Amino acid sequence: MKRYFLLLVFLPSLALAQMVTRDGVTLTAAQEQRAEAIGDQLRCLVCQNESIEGSSASLAKQLRIIIRQQVVAGADNKTIMHYMVQRYGIFVLLKPPLSRLTLLLYASPFIALLIGFLSFWLARKSRIPGPVPLSESEAARLEKLLDP
Amino acid sequence: MTDRRRLLFGVPLFVAVASGAGFYTILRRMQNQTYDPHALPSPLIGHRPPAFNLPGVANQAGFSNIDLAAPPRPMLVNWFASWCQPCMEEAPTLVELAKIGIPIWGIAYQDTPAAIATYLGLYGNPFTRIATDSSGLTAINWGVYGVPETYLIDRQGIVRWRWAGALNDAVLAQQLDPLLDQYS
Repeated sequence: MKRYFLLLVFLPSLALAQMVTRDGVTLTAAQEQRAEAIGDQLRCLVCQNESIEGSSASLAKQLRIIIRQQVVAGADNKTIMHYMVQRYGIFVLLKPPLSRLTLLLYASPFIALLIGFLSFWLARKSRIPGPVPLSESEAARLEKLLDP
Repeated sequence: MTDRRRLLFGVPLFVAVASGAGFYTILRRMQNQTYDPHALPSPLIGHRPPAFNLPGVANQAGFSNIDLAAPPRPMLVNWFASWCQPCMEEAPTLVELAKIGIPIWGIAYQDTPAAIATYLGLYGNPFTRIATDSSGLTAINWGVYGVPETYLIDRQGIVRWRWAGALNDAVLAQQLDPLLDQYS
């Protein structure tokens, strides 16, 4: 019985003991997962269409180390993001926030939609009207002509 | 031709001409290296450099952010490395700038004293003072994302301009010279 009790007590620490080492920083699997999620949202500034997680540039590696050190030290995601933006500007974020600088970017789908509706409306308005419907006598005459 | 038809032909023609002129300007400026589509605006502009204190080379003192707080005249801080190809390309431009009396302080990025000495022997030493950032952590605090990068610091110690990439005569004439006039 006592043995089972001990097992129960130490079971959670087994999960904690799942340590991983990435770029020279040792952290728990959960911490590594959080660090990866942060790195996925940050742009590598050397090869600008890659994330910090995916890049093999040495600056990206250094930033990965900094992220992991801060995660181990207990910094929250917002603090780490702020650290990066403070140094490299909002361009470092792969998904930039809505601001004066990115307003046009976020508004562009709506602008495109507006242009589409506008041209549709203009095209409809300027359409040449079809022929006037036939009067009763004209219809009767047509009937006669078509049906000998 | 009716107005409608004229519009139908005019709009695509206008779009083609306008975008052609735009592309031509961009490509020409990329060719003479006064425009870099990969360049980022530096968040440091309008602010003082972050706190740092870096050692020098060859028994010379390095420098810290305090030394940049109030220079007697506008100065440049140039991040370079002996292993960096564009740094070698911009070396003659820096030597010319130093010759006309612009103070240039250099920070060697992830480099060794021996390699720095060899590099300066080969390409000339335009630097008034040199510091070394061997870990590269000060560079990250400055927002440096590659070497060379050049920062203009005014007499109040505020960063006014950052150029990422090699300096050349066109960049000097179009950007740096007017700023040096403005802040001296």
